[in-house]
Amino acid sequence: MADLTTEFLGIKSPNPFWLASAPPTDKEYNVRRAFEAGWGGVVWKTLGSEGPPVVNVNGPRYGAIYGADRRLLGLNNIELITDRPLQTNLDEITRVKKDYPDRAIIVSIMVPCEEEAWKDILPRVEATGADGIELNFGCPHGMAERGMGSAVGQVPEYITMVTEWCKKYYSKPVIVKLTPNITDIRKPAQAAFKGNADAVSLINTINSITSVDLDLLAPQPTIDGKGTHGGYCGPAVKPIALNMVAEIARDPETHGKPISAIGGITTWRDAAEFMVMGAGNVQVCTAAMTYGFKIVQEMISGLSQWMDEKGYASTSEFIGQGVPNVTDWQYLNLNYITKARIDQDACIKCGRCYAACEDTSHQAISMSADRVFEVQDDECVACNLCVDVCPVENCITMIELQPGEIDKRTQKVVEPEYANWTTHPNNPAAQAAE
Amino acid sequence: MGNSQTTPGIVAGRLPADRIQENFDDLHPAYAPHEAAVAADRCYFCHDAPCMTACPTSIDIPLFIRQIATGTPEAAAKTILDQNILGGMCARVCPTETLCEEVCVREVAEGKPVEIGRLQRYATDTLMDAGKHPFTRAAPTGKSVAVVGAGPAGLSCAHRLAMLGHDVVIYEARPKAGGLNEFGIAAYKAPNGFATAEVDWLMQIGGITLKEGQALGDQITLPGLKDSHDAVFLSIGLSGVNALRAEGEDREGVEDAVSFIAELRQTSDLTTLPVGRNVVVIGGGMTAVDAAVQSKLLGAENVTIAYRRGQEAMPASKYEQDLAAQNGVRLMFNVQPVAVHGNGRAVEIELEYTTDTGSGLTGTGETVRLAADQVFKAIGQTLGDTPEGITLEGRKIAVNDTGRTSLDGVWAGGDCASGGDDLTVTAVAEGRDAAMDIHATLVG
Ligand SMILES: Cc1cc2nc3c(=O)[nH]c(=O)nc-3n(C[C@H](O)[C@H](O)[C@H](O)COP(=O)(O)OP(=O)(O)OC[C@H]3O[C@@H](n4cnc5c(N)ncnc54)[C@H](O)[C@@H]3O)c2cc1C
Ligand SMILES: Cc1cc2nc3c(=O)[nH]c(=O)nc-3n(C[C@H](O)[C@H](O)[C@H](O)COP(=O)(O)O)c2cc1C
Ligand code: SF4
Repeated sequence: MADLTTEFLGIKSPNPFWLASAPPTDKEYNVRRAFEAGWGGVVWKTLGSEGPPVVNVNGPRYGAIYGADRRLLGLNNIELITDRPLQTNLDEITRVKKDYPDRAIIVSIMVPCEEEAWKDILPRVEATGADGIELNFGCPHGMAERGMGSAVGQVPEYITMVTEWCKKYYSKPVIVKLTPNITDIRKPAQAAFKGNADAVSLINTINSITSVDLDLLAPQPTIDGKGTHGGYCGPAVKPIALNMVAEIARDPETHGKPISAIGGITTWRDAAEFMVMGAGNVQVCTAAMTYGFKIVQEMISGLSQWMDEKGYASTSEFIGQGVPNVTDWQYLNLNYITKARIDQDACIKCGRCYAACEDTSHQAISMSADRVFEVQDDECVACNLCVDVCPVENCITMIELQPGEIDKRTQKVVEPEYANWTTHPNNPAAQAAE
Repeated sequence: MGNSQTTPGIVAGRLPADRIQENFDDLHPAYAPHEAAVAADRCYFCHDAPCMTACPTSIDIPLFIRQIATGTPEAAAKTILDQNILGGMCARVCPTETLCEEVCVREVAEGKPVEIGRLQRYATDTLMDAGKHPFTRAAPTGKSVAVVGAGPAGLSCAHRLAMLGHDVVIYEARPKAGGLNEFGIAAYKAPNGFATAEVDWLMQIGGITLKEGQALGDQITLPGLKDSHDAVFLSIGLSGVNALRAEGEDREGVEDAVSFIAELRQTSDLTTLPVGRNVVVIGGGMTAVDAAVQSKLLGAENVTIAYRRGQEAMPASKYEQDLAAQNGVRLMFNVQPVAVHGNGRAVEIELEYTTDTGSGLTGTGETVRLAADQVFKAIGQTLGDTPEGITLEGRKIAVNDTGRTSLDGVWAGGDCASGGDDLTVTAVAEGRDAAMDIHATLVG
C-alpha cells in the first residue's frame, strides 16, 4: 500500500489530512478524538490575545445550502476565534502534542496588528512544543471590524509586516492563512513570502449570505430578527479555492512555495486534486463538521488506492504535477476540435441535453418523434453543456476530431499543428507566426 | 420429454429449459455502476450506525458505502472483507430485512432502507471480478490448526488463522468445500457457481490445506487431530434431520428438504431434476421456503407450505413469506401432518388443524387432505455425532463467547455451536472470533 506519510515544512504527519482551524480543533477533547480517528494533524482553533476572550452570539451561528436529499453543499458561519482563555488553550496544546508526537499541531493566531501583541504571544505559543503557527488573516466577520482577520489579509503590506514580526519572535514554521475576499489572490501570497513566510494556506471562508427568511425578511442565520454576512465554506467553495491554489502555484513569484490547501475538501479525490494543483497537504473543516471525524478513513483509503493504481509510492511524487497544465486562455489549442457523441445504448431519453442545447446553446441536437437524440456535427461547437447536464455518466462524451478530418461546422480540415489565440487572424493583436 | 406442470407423479422437465434458466436467475441482480452510485448516495453516514450494530460481523457499513460513493469500490470491499471474509456470499444470502436494513434509519423513517446488501455485493464483486485478494499472511508462527468442516464458519476461521501466520488444515467430510453455501443456499441467491468461486478466491491467502472426504468420526478422530495440531476448530454444522413422526413417513416421495436442495444445487442441468406435481413442504423456516419456491420454479403445479403454528410465529421473515407467495406457493398455518397416504408411494398428506392452548400445541381433531406426490420435511436440522467427552448445551456444542468448548484446545462455531442464529453471517463471525482466540492462545 502507498505510503501517505507527508512532510510539509519539515513537519511530518502520517497522512496529508489535517483539520483546519475551526470548531473541530477547538479543544483538547476534540483533537484527541480526531487523532484517534486517524487525522494526520490539526491547526488549532485560532487563539487571541491574553485577556477576556471574545464572545460569540448565543443564537444560531450557521446557515446552509443543500443539494438533493438535503445533502449539505455549503455552510456559512458567524463564529469568532476561540472564546476560551488563552492559557487554557496553551496548556491543552502542550499536553496533546506531548501525547501525539507523530501528529502535526499548528497553532492558529490572531492578535491585533501591533508588534507588542505578537511579541507577547509568540514565546508562549513556542513553549507548547507545537510544530508551527498559522496566522489567521482570513476571518471575514466579527474580527475584521476590529482590525484583525481579513482586514489584515486584504492589505498586502500588513501581511508582510506581521509575518516579519512572527519570523522574528518565533523559531518554527510560519504559515500565513489567506482570505479569498480579495480580487487577486496572488498579491497577499506574494506579500506573505516577502515577509519570509514558510507557507501559505488557503482559503478561509468567503463573505456570504446563504439565505433569507421570507417570513422575517431577514438574512439567515437570524439572530433576534437580524442577520449578518458570514463566512462560506464546504463543497460549494472548492472550485474557488482550487483556482486560487493553482494561481499561486503557477505564479512565477511564488511558484514552488509550500501551500496548504483548504476549501470544500470532502473526499480523497478533492484532496488529490488540490495536491496535484500544488498543495503540499490539505486542511478540512466542513466535511468533518458534517460527517464527523470518521470520514478521514475514506480519505486515507481512497488516496492510497488511487496512488497504488497510479504507481505513486509517496505523496511527493504527485504534489504539484498538474501545475504546468494550468495555463492562460489564450494559450489553449484552437486546433483541438471535438464533437459531442450520444451513446444511444446508454441514453435514457430524458431530453435534457436537447433542452439545454436547443434553448440555451447552439441547436445542435436533433430529436425524433420517438425520442432519439442525435448530435448534429455541423452545429456542435463542443461546448460540453450536454455532457454536463446529462444524468447518465459517460452517456454523452466528447470525441476528438483527428487531423485531416473535416469539421462539418466550419467545413475546414482539422490542422495537426497547435495554434492559439495569440496568432489567430481574428486577434487584432495577433503576431504572425514566424 | 413432453412433461408439463400437470404430469402426475415426480418427473423432470416440467418447464422448458429457458423458463427454468430464467427462474433460477439472480434474485437480486447486480447493480450497474450508476445504480450503485445512486443507492450509495442515500446513506447518511450515520454516527455509531445502527446497521453496523445489527450486522453480526460488525462491518463498517457507513464507511464502505462512502467508499463506493467516492469511487473506490475496491477499498469498500476491503472494509467489508476485513470483518467478514465471506462478505460476497453474505451480500447475497443475508436476510438483510431482519439485520442491517431493518434498522437503517431510512427504513425506520421512510420504509425504504439503503440497500446495504446489494451495495455490499457491488463492492465485493468489483474486487473479486478483478481477481484481487487484498490480504497477505503474517510471518509463519510454526503453529498448526485443524478446522473440521469447510462451511462458512470453518472457512472464516481458516482464513483468519492463515492470515495471522498459522498453518491450517481443513478436514471436510464431503467431496467439496463450502458447506451450506454450496449445498444449502437457494440456487437463485448465489447463481453461476459463486460459492465455489468464493472458496477458490478465499484460498488465495495461502497456508490452508483442504482435505476432502475426511469425516470426523470416520477417517479422522478428535484425539488424532489434537495429536497432530496445536488447536482444533469444529465447524461441522448440523447434519441430522428431525423426524416427522407422522404415519407413512417412510413412503416413497417423502424426503428431507435439505437433501433435495443439496441435489438441486449440484445439478448442472435443472431440466433433469424431478419434482412432484403436488408438493407439500412441512416446516416454517428458511429451508421450507427455499424448498417450496424452488419446487415451484422447477415447475411443480401446486406447492404448499404447511406450518404448525400461526403466521406470526413463522421463523421465515415476512420478506421470505412474500417471496413464497409471489412465486405462487400457498402458505397454510396451524396445521400439522398426521399421515402420508398412498400405496407404497405418497399420494396424499393428511393434516390436522392445531391450536395453541397456552401450554403447548394440540391437534383439534379436524383434518384436511391435500394431494401430495412429494413431501419435504423442513422441520429443522440437528447436530450429528459429536466427539466423546464434549459438553452439549441443549442440542448443540456448548461454547463461550470466543468459541471455547469444554475440551482444552478445542473450539467450535457456526450452526453446530451454541448461541447465535443459524445464519451464514453468524457462522462467519463465530469462525473469525474463535480464530482470534486461538491465535491469542497459541502465541500469547
Ligand atoms: C436450505 C437452507 C437455506 C439456508 N439459507 C440461508 C440464507 O439464505 N441465509 C443465511 O444467512 N443462512 C441460510 N441458511 C443457514 C446457513 O446456511 C447456515 O447457518 C450456515 O451455513 C452455517 O455454517 P456452518 O459453517 O456452521 O455449517 P455448514 O454450512 O453446515 O458447514 C458444515 C460443514 O461441515 C461438514 N461436516 C459435517 N460433519 C462433518 C464431519 N463429521 N467431519 C467433517 N466435516 C463435516 C459439512 O459437510 C459442511 O461442509 C440456510 C440453511 C439451509 C439448510
Ligand atoms: C464554524 C467555523 C469556524 C471557523 N473558525 C476559524 C478560525 O477560528 N480560524 C481560521 O483560521 N479559520 C476558521 N474557519 C475557516 C476554516 O478553517 C476553513 O478555512 C474554511 O471553513 C474552509 O474549509 P472547508 O470548506 O473545509 O470548511 C472556520 C470555519 C467554520 C465553518
Ligand atoms: S450542535 Fe445542536 S445541540 Fe450541539 S451545540 Fe449546536 S445547536 Fe446545540
